Amino acid sequence: SSWWSHVEMGPPDPILGVTEAYKRDTNSKKMNLGVGAYRDDNGKPYVLNCVRKAEAMIASKKMDKEYLPIGGLADFTRASAELALGENSEAFKSGRYVTVQGISGTGSLRIGANFLQRFFKASRDVYLPKPSWGNHTPIFRDAGMQLQAYRYYDPKTCSLDFSGAMDDISKIPEKSIILLHACAHNPTGVDPRQEQWKELAATVKKRNLLVYFDMAYQGFASGDINRDAWAVRYFIEQGINIVLSQSFAKNMGLYGERAGAFTVICSDADEAKRVESQLKILIRPMYSNPPVNGARIASMILNTPDLRKEW
Amino acid sequence: AYRTDEGQPWVLPVVKKVEQMIANDNSLNHEYLPILGLPEFRANASRIALGDDSPAIKEKRVGSVQSLGGTGALRIGAEFLRRWYNGNNNTATPVYVSAPSWENHNSVFMDAGFKDIRTYHYWDAAKRGLDLQGLLNDMEHAPESSIFILHACAHNPTGTDPTPEQWKQIAAVMKRRSLFPFFDSAYQGFASGSLDKDAWAVRYFVSEGFELFCAQSFSKNFGLYNERVGNLTVVGKDTDNVQRVLSQMEKIVRTTWSNPPSQGARIVATTLSSPQLFDEWKGNVKTMADRVLLMRSELRSRLEALGTPGTWNHITEQIGMFSFTGLNPKQVEYMVKEKHIYLMASGRINMCGLTTKNLDYVAKSIHEAVTKIQ
Repeated sequence: SSWWSHVEMGPPDPILGVTEAYKRDTNSKKMNLGVGAYRDDNGKPYVLNCVRKAEAMIASKKMDKEYLPIGGLADFTRASAELALGENSEAFKSGRYVTVQGISGTGSLRIGANFLQRFFKASRDVYLPKPSWGNHTPIFRDAGMQLQAYRYYDPKTCSLDFSGAMDDISKIPEKSIILLHACAHNPTGVDPRQEQWKELAATVKKRNLLVYFDMAYQGFASGDINRDAWAVRYFIEQGINIVLSQSFAKNMGLYGERAGAFTVICSDADEAKRVESQLKILIRPMYSNPPVNGARIASMILNTPDLRKEW
Repeated sequence: AYRTDEGQPWVLPVVKKVEQMIANDNSLNHEYLPILGLPEFRANASRIALGDDSPAIKEKRVGSVQSLGGTGALRIGAEFLRRWYNGNNNTATPVYVSAPSWENHNSVFMDAGFKDIRTYHYWDAAKRGLDLQGLLNDMEHAPESSIFILHACAHNPTGTDPTPEQWKQIAAVMKRRSLFPFFDSAYQGFASGSLDKDAWAVRYFVSEGFELFCAQSFSKNFGLYNERVGNLTVVGKDTDNVQRVLSQMEKIVRTTWSNPPSQGARIVATTLSSPQLFDEWKGNVKTMADRVLLMRSELRSRLEALGTPGTWNHITEQIGMFSFTGLNPKQVEYMVKEKHIYLMASGRINMCGLTTKNLDYVAKSIHEAVTKIQ
C-alpha cells in the first residue's frame, strides 16, 4: 500500500495546460493562441537583441556563481524600483521603499501575499477585479488569504464597467486589500483611462484600502515605459503607499529566467529596512535566495545607457 | 561555499565549457520551462541520486520536480506533505529534525504549515560522534507516520554520518514504525568524491521498499550556487501513485514560482547527458572533495603535532564541507575576537575556508583557544 492512495489527480493548469494540449495536437493547421508569451510574425519566440548583447557582456566579465543575497541582486532591485517609480519619484529618491528580487511575477506576487498574511492584520480579504489572471486566486489562497471581487469587465460592451467598479470599490470594507493591474489588464486587455484612475485613487484612499499593483507588462502595453507606469506613480503621488509586483518575463522576453521584483512603499527609510528584514525571513525558507541569470541580464540592460535605449 | 587553495570561488571548468556551448547555441531561447521543469534535467538529476540501475527507475515509479535549489525542493516536498500526507491537511504530523541540523530545516517545515516540529538525537558532544542509541530511541518512540529529515551524506553541521551498518538499523526501525524518510542530499559527490558512495543511504532505503522524498541540491557539487538548481526526487510504490503526487506538486509549484529558472538546469542536463562531460564533471567534483580531504588531514596533523589538548581524529573522520571542531562558545569568541577567524558559535568551521597558506595560523589559533580558554 502507498502513502499516496488517496491523492487525487490534479487538473491540468488552465493556462499552461492549453499549450500542452496544443503540443499534443498533430493537425498541421494548429495554432496556439493560449499562453501569454510574445511571438514574432513567423510565430516564433523572440530573443531581444539587447538581451543577447547583455548576455555577451556578462559572459565576458567571467563572474562567479556565489549565492546572491536573500533579497537579490542590488543593482537589479534598485533599477527595477526606479523603472517602476520613475527616477524623479520622491519615494524612490528618499529611499522609503524596499524592493526584493522575486521569481518573476508569480514569485513576487507570492512573496507579497505571504507578507500580507503575516503582517497585514487588518484584513484577510484580497479584492480582485472580475475577471483577473487565473493564478491570482490560488496564489493568495495558498498564502492564507481570502478572495473577494469587484466588478471590472462589462461583457456587454467588452470594455470597462467603470460605474460598476466604482460602486463595488466604494463599498469595500476599510483596510481591505485591493489588487489592481497596472496596465494591460490580464485577461481582458481593458485598462482605465487616466481620469478614471484618478477617481479610483480617490475612492481607494477614502476607503483606506491597501493597494497591491501587479505590473507584468510595463512598456509592453503601450510601448512607453512611463505611460504604462502612470497609474502606479499617480497612486504613490497621492500618498497611497502601495505594494507592487513586477515581471520582466514579457517586456524583456526573459520568461524562463524568472526575473521579477516585489516592492513595498513605506513611510520612511527606517520602516523600509524593517520591512526588508521580514521579507528576507519569508524568502529564506522558500528558496533561500533568487536565481542570478535573469536578474543580471535585466540589470545590465537597465543600467547600461546604450542597452537601455535599445531595449 | 567551496573555495580554492587561493581562497577564491571556483566556477567548475566543465560548467564554463557547457555555458559556452549554451551561449553558442542559437536555437535556444528564454521561453518558459514546463511547471515541473526541464525534462532532461529532471530525469538525469533523479538518475544521479538513485543510480543508473535503480529498480525504482526501471519500474517507472520515480517522479522529479525541478526546484529552486535544495531549499526549494525541501519546500515543495514539505508543502505537499502538509496537504496530502497522513490524511488531508494534517498539520499535526510530527516532523523530526536532527539535533543539530541546518537551521533552515525548521523554518521550511514551519512555513509549510507544520505545527509540531521536534528534534531527534544526533550529535553526541561528549564523544564527538553520532548518538546512534539516542537516534534509534527517538525513532522507536516517535508517533507512527512521523516525518524524519535525514541528511543523505555530509551531515550539516556536524560532518558526522551513520555508517552503512548504522543506516541499516535506522531503516529497520523506520520501516517497522512506518516513519517517512525525507532525505536532504546537498553534497552528493562533494562529500567522499564518489557519487555512488554518497548516495548509498538513499539507494539502500529505496531497495528496502520505502516510499521517500529526496531533496537534491546542485549548488555545491556543480558550484552553481546562484543559479538555484535543485530537484525533488519522489519514489513511490507504483507509476499511478507517483503521477498523482506530481500532479498535485504541480499545483503547489504554480502558486510558488510558476515554473523554474532555466539556466542552471540546462547546464546540469547538458553535462549529465554527455558521457564525456559527465566524466569531466566527476573529475571536477573529485578535485573539490580531495582538497577538502587534504585540508582535514593537514589540520589534524598540525593540531596533533602542536600537542593541542584533546583528540583531533574527528577532523578526518567527519565528512563534507563542515567540521564540528568541538570548540565551545567561549573558545569560538576567542577565535573571532582575538584571532579574527570567523566560525559559527557551534564550533562549526567550513573546511573550504582552509588553504595551504592559512593552515598554520588556524592550527595555532585553535591551539591557543583550547589552551587559554576553558
